Amino acid sequence: MDVVDHHQNQETTGDIAPGDNNTTLLSGIQSYTIGLLLAVLMTAGSFWAVQAHVIWGPAVPIALIVLAISQMGVHLAFFLHLTSAPDNTNNILALAFGILIVFLVVVGSLWIMAHLDNRMVPMDQLMQMQR
Amino acid sequence: MLGKLTWDAIPFNDPIPFFTGIGIIVGMISILSLVTIKRWWPYLWNEWITTVDHKKLGVMYVLLSLVMLLRGFVDALMMRSQQAIAAGGAQGFLPPEHYDQVFSAHGTIMIFFVAMTFMIGLINFIVPLQLGERDVAFPVLNSTSFWLTASAVLLINMSLFIGVFSRATWLAYPPLSELQYSPDTGVDYYLWALQISGVGTLLTGINFLATILKMRAPGMNYFRMPIFCWTALASSLLIVAAFPISTATWGMLLLDRYAGMHFFTNDMGGNPMMYMNLIWAWGHPEVYILVLPAFGVFSEVIATFSGKPLFGYRSMVVATLAICILSFIVWLHHFFTMGAGADVNGFFGIMTMIIAVPTGVKVFNWLFTMYGGQVRMTVPMLWSIGFIITFVIGGMTGVLLAVPPADFMLHNSLFLVAHFHNVIIGGVLFGAFAGYNYWFPKAFGFTLDERLGKASFWCWLIGFYLAFVPLYILGFKGATRRMQHYDNTDWQPLMLVAAFGAFVILCGIGFIILQLVWSIYTREKRRDLTGDPWNGRTLEWAVPSPAPAYNFAILPDIETTDAFSEMKKHDQTSIPVPPGGYQPIHMPRNSANGFFTAFFTVVFGFSMIWHIWWLAIVGFAGIFITYLALAWRSDEGYEIPAAEVARMEAAGRKGVKA
Repeated sequence: MDVVDHHQNQETTGDIAPGDNNTTLLSGIQSYTIGLLLAVLMTAGSFWAVQAHVIWGPAVPIALIVLAISQMGVHLAFFLHLTSAPDNTNNILALAFGILIVFLVVVGSLWIMAHLDNRMVPMDQLMQMQR
Repeated sequence: MLGKLTWDAIPFNDPIPFFTGIGIIVGMISILSLVTIKRWWPYLWNEWITTVDHKKLGVMYVLLSLVMLLRGFVDALMMRSQQAIAAGGAQGFLPPEHYDQVFSAHGTIMIFFVAMTFMIGLINFIVPLQLGERDVAFPVLNSTSFWLTASAVLLINMSLFIGVFSRATWLAYPPLSELQYSPDTGVDYYLWALQISGVGTLLTGINFLATILKMRAPGMNYFRMPIFCWTALASSLLIVAAFPISTATWGMLLLDRYAGMHFFTNDMGGNPMMYMNLIWAWGHPEVYILVLPAFGVFSEVIATFSGKPLFGYRSMVVATLAICILSFIVWLHHFFTMGAGADVNGFFGIMTMIIAVPTGVKVFNWLFTMYGGQVRMTVPMLWSIGFIITFVIGGMTGVLLAVPPADFMLHNSLFLVAHFHNVIIGGVLFGAFAGYNYWFPKAFGFTLDERLGKASFWCWLIGFYLAFVPLYILGFKGATRRMQHYDNTDWQPLMLVAAFGAFVILCGIGFIILQLVWSIYTREKRRDLTGDPWNGRTLEWAVPSPAPAYNFAILPDIETTDAFSEMKKHDQTSIPVPPGGYQPIHMPRNSANGFFTAFFTVVFGFSMIWHIWWLAIVGFAGIFITYLALAWRSDEGYEIPAAEVARMEAAGRKGVKA
């Protein structure tokens, strides 16, 4: 009974969890196909960016970062069905929290490790000092 | 065939671990034989081992935690006695390699298998009841989480008798924890046990996040949830965000040790400092994962026993969520002395001081809740007041340590040891015992003895100050942590006081056991027939004690915070039955999946530790097949018929005046 209640509640409020089957078979296949094509495109694009030497050398890592992040976006939108609909508030908030934490840890780590690196005595000088 | 495992792994020449190991094995065999002779297996299997009931899982978590508290506390007693003796030329009774294992095991066990396990147990037991729900979002997953934790506990305890445990402290800093300096299996025991329990914890976090966000009683919007649910939500968020970091970090250390990689080694481009950085990016949120649910317990206890709604409910929620975010921006304060510049240290020092602000908000909220209320000095309330005083002292020494120049003086000293015991014992453990005394009747249907509970509280409180105030002073005098012996005999008197304090705490633990045994013995006299022994304010007290398997025969309709007090204002002592009467209730069926997953996980972990590769493959295949069996099951659960619900409700409500 309990489970059934929740489902009724969701249908009336439009509160649909990811994975709930709320699409017809055809539209489902369509969205997965678009997602797959975009994902393949971006993966192939990454290899191309590295190997084709079309992009200016130092810009290649940036191109890879851009492609990787947009790949994540494709996965979220087409495979995990993250939308901006009101029933998706929890998921959007969870994503925002996740991005915030990843940002804090990555940027913090880079900052800390760069500081340590700057303040380290270079190895050859350290050897000199120990002599 | 057996990898690194040989007869040398059994400590025949070390009397302490050898006889402890023999004792444990004999004890286990006698318990198992007793269970077999008394034919308790079907009961244990059906009611406990395969259960997916969040209440029984919560009880098992707490039981596991109490057992591990005994193990971790024996380690503590050994360390305190060793330091009380080993002054000047004396070497004490523990050789250095054994002493190093003892403090590594003490830290690992107390954090992961006592504090963590106890808090998750309380969350399991209470959150669905407070939300007015019948179970968690994923009941079988919940049982798997518990059994994974239990298998990690088994692995940790195996290290006592087969091989050695880590000597590399509770966080296994490289390069000491690398293969070059720790070639034996100790660090592997540590790593595999924590990876396994980490998966269990992560799954629990996901489970409770889904439960709290998606499954609440009709009408219970976020700002009508009890504070304990808010703290459980914040704790789950932290688990989901932080545990992947620890898993990745320990995964890299495992690759260093097993696959010859160089993430954290000294040479070949590795960097041990990265380990410190990453492990504390998990480690600091971890302490808030522990303490936030304890804050939730105190909020419930103080509101109930002051007979008032919690002061500043919304500010409490905001403070909880602020701590949730801030806890991710302070991790460098664990390694101020590693060599970062003044602006990095300054930033993290200030962030650490800022986190004291929301904590202070909470303290004032608790004080103002008591102010003007009818405070009843019950056992949970004593623990809560003891907590406020102790935790404020611990918090202030923490803010002192957050000043980088002060930290340069005090880091790695006994002052630091005293500080974190002050917040973890005074915060988490006091919260655990407050919750244990408070919710025990809801789990078992009778209250715990008040006098013995008070005795245990006073022993713990006095013992705590006797044990740790000397360590603060010794820290100022320059005593470092993790000393197997020391030359300065001036320190010995204070070390003796600290050891005495540890024995007073031992009395506190003794009284807790005595309280449990005596309360079970006299349970008929102390039955809770009303379901509401404390005049509670939240929904868990609206159902009979012990709570029936389905929790709520009728799902409550919520219009305010403190839903049950509001009902009682309108002279309702239970959730009203609608005109149609009871409905059949759909329940999930028991599942042995978690137990089997854990069994194969132990096989896998043990064989990875000892490099028995073929057995590791068997174990991993077992885990995967168990998972497939779960994925392909076609189990719709079962229904409790309406007549049976009516009968169980009538039986549970004998003491309630209609």
